[in-house]
Amino acid sequence: MSERIAITVNGEDREVAPGDTVAALLGAIGLDTRKVAVERNEEIVPRSTYATVALAQGDRLEIVHFIGGG
Amino acid sequence: MDLDFTTAELHRYSRHILLEEVGAIGQAKLRAARVLVVGAGGLGSPLSLYLAAAGVGTIGLIDHDVLELSNLQRQVAHTTARIGRNKAESAAETLAALNPGTRVEVHARRMDVAAALDLIPRYDIVCDGTDNFATRFLLGDACHLLQRPLVSAAVLRFEGQLSVFAGYDGMHPCHRCLHPEPPPPGLVPTCSEAGVLGAVTGVMGTLQAAEVLKLIMGIGDPLKGRLLLWDALDARFRTVRLKRDPGCALCGDQPAITDLAAHLEPAAPVCAI
Repeated sequence: MSERIAITVNGEDREVAPGDTVAALLGAIGLDTRKVAVERNEEIVPRSTYATVALAQGDRLEIVHFIGGG
Repeated sequence: MDLDFTTAELHRYSRHILLEEVGAIGQAKLRAARVLVVGAGGLGSPLSLYLAAAGVGTIGLIDHDVLELSNLQRQVAHTTARIGRNKAESAAETLAALNPGTRVEVHARRMDVAAALDLIPRYDIVCDGTDNFATRFLLGDACHLLQRPLVSAAVLRFEGQLSVFAGYDGMHPCHRCLHPEPPPPGLVPTCSEAGVLGAVTGVMGTLQAAEVLKLIMGIGDPLKGRLLLWDALDARFRTVRLKRDPGCALCGDQPAITDLAAHLEPAAPVCAI
């Protein structure tokens, strides 16, 4: 396997394997895809594409937890 | 615009009028404004207190709930003596005592489809301080379809989020561009299940008030197309950019949601906007 891919998640450095998708990353972190929104390089990633969007070197991701309390 | 102020008004709002960005004109805009606060709870308390103190002319308060002892750790518009009373009524009393110049319209009812269609058109700006996803999605859809800006805050545990949704302008994202659907029931806990630090609701409700005041006066850079996140434990703010999703079911190029029918209770009649 080739080298690891460096990304940042919520401002923190992280490495993933080549070909890893948004869904794989969320799975590795232990997050249910239905309770977060993911922004990749300043664009919201549609939930329907989590399993197909592959992460790339230098990607900046922000994971926003879905909360609804008042 | 009516720029006549009484001596008492000039005195009361002197620290506002001193601000170059506010002045007498900004203060007059506040007095002419009508703001609907949905939920007189943890967010609605500080929010409505600051709106009333600021001299917002008319504040609508909608809440069907009665005050409970467990609310008082964060819902600062209420008092211990008012336990058992309707929360909109209780908060209205506090606002009237703070600023008798603000008219408070009490709506002691549930925010459902009928209430949304009845009330939202009567206000300039709507604020979401509710505690459940069903009402949040109803409000988000209704404000979009009725073309009212929605100043939406949410809290849980030590975290708060805030944004202004005005996707009906065709430029900015709507609430469904961020979250297309509510989470399945039970997946995301409520404050009554997972808890919330009282001061977090105070911070977020106050930030929400500041956004409302900015929108009314047309000053600064509103939180449209941005989501502000605050984590009390880290003592850190983050801002995430939100973009309009052309495939969005509500504000996209071919919207599937064109009325509030999906928010009606089963078997109830469909009422289109």
